[in-house]
Amino acid sequence: MSSISIQVNNQPFQLEIDDRMTLADLLRNTFNLTGTHLACELGVCGSCTVLVNDEPIRSCITLAASISGMTVQTIEGFEDDNKMKVIRECFSEAHGLQCGFCTPGMLITVRDMIVREKCKTECQIRKELSGNLCRCTGYSGIVKATQLANQRLNSPE
Amino acid sequence: MKSGKVNYHIAHSMDDAITLNQAHYGNAKYIAGGQSLMPMMSLRLIFSEEVIDISKIPDMKKCFGMNGHFFIGAGVTHAMIEDGKVEDTTNGYIQHVAQGIAYRGIRNRGTIGGSIVNADPAADWPTALLALGAKVIVKNKSEEIETPIGEFQCGLMQTSLKETDLVKGILVPLISKDAKWSYVKFCHKAGEFAHSIAAIVIDPLLGLSNAVLGAAGDKPVVLSRLSTYLSLADIRNANLDKEINELLEADLIENTFHLQSSYEFNLHRSIVKKAVMEALKK
Repeated sequence: MSSISIQVNNQPFQLEIDDRMTLADLLRNTFNLTGTHLACELGVCGSCTVLVNDEPIRSCITLAASISGMTVQTIEGFEDDNKMKVIRECFSEAHGLQCGFCTPGMLITVRDMIVREKCKTECQIRKELSGNLCRCTGYSGIVKATQLANQRLNSPE
Repeated sequence: MKSGKVNYHIAHSMDDAITLNQAHYGNAKYIAGGQSLMPMMSLRLIFSEEVIDISKIPDMKKCFGMNGHFFIGAGVTHAMIEDGKVEDTTNGYIQHVAQGIAYRGIRNRGTIGGSIVNADPAADWPTALLALGAKVIVKNKSEEIETPIGEFQCGLMQTSLKETDLVKGILVPLISKDAKWSYVKFCHKAGEFAHSIAAIVIDPLLGLSNAVLGAAGDKPVVLSRLSTYLSLADIRNANLDKEINELLEADLIENTFHLQSSYEFNLHRSIVKKAVMEALKK
């Protein structure tokens, strides 16, 4: 067992966890933040993507004990985030989702791409999105949604 | 799939990590980003009851110039190199390699040291750093040893590391301004492990001329005939194409086990050829 202090969606917590527990299991099972989805659990599909210290990481292959002292933001933690509000609207408008399973990971990845300004061309968007698998949309809608969100957020007004 | 039962330890310094590992008779695994180690533990490809977290050691992220080389700490992540947070003494070569590794989520955690210690022949750093003539600095309890990366990786996912040894960092050369390089890899899907990698670095001032093929066998190999030829190659030579083809063919026959008519042989040939032409045109 390890004792960790961790900030999840702006709330500090201190708790005892099993050493082998992944961050994804901690978020889902302990904090009931089930928007963090688990599919492959091998770091391939990207649906478990969360922000740790403002950087997207795969929570299914990260030991929860190793992120003690860091801040975690899950898909539930973007309620007051203006960028995420726009991205959500664009995903809805451009049909960026069907079943919605990959969507939490997609939204967090797209937000990071927009912040890092990696949405210059369709080719670049597709390459940056390659770490998140979607088995319904065929990606066209997601690419369109990303372009739309990038236009609205990154174009000088 | 989840990993089996493990005990997690945090190391606060490199000596601390080695001492902790000694206490477990060298059976513990050092974990930095864990981007390969965690999936391998989940798949039961690796069994270790003890993991020692070395990602919290500030010294392992340090980078500085050293005896005409540039030292990159083993704990530096791919994303730090991609974002230019590490000084690039290779004319953009290491930055180019870093931005092509897997996906951003992986690059934010995965480290350069972890990649070479994992020694996957299809991973990027083992091939890229071999072409650069990099050296690995290995630390044990009493000393630090410099090993050329070609000797450090001794086989399929095998290195010369002993029991409690820890990779401290990597020494890369200071490449001159008119050096030429290229790095080409072939993947079916962006971000997956490559099916073929070719890395070329030619720096006449440093006497460096390497053509390296990765993802083709147990470990990346230097294509010796082609490497020697490239040190003197001239893009204006009318016979350039023919000469390269012949040497490459001979190098591939020597270094791969594939039939000349096979898909793999022709894939490696195309990728190396593409990389050679890209480098010479620079």
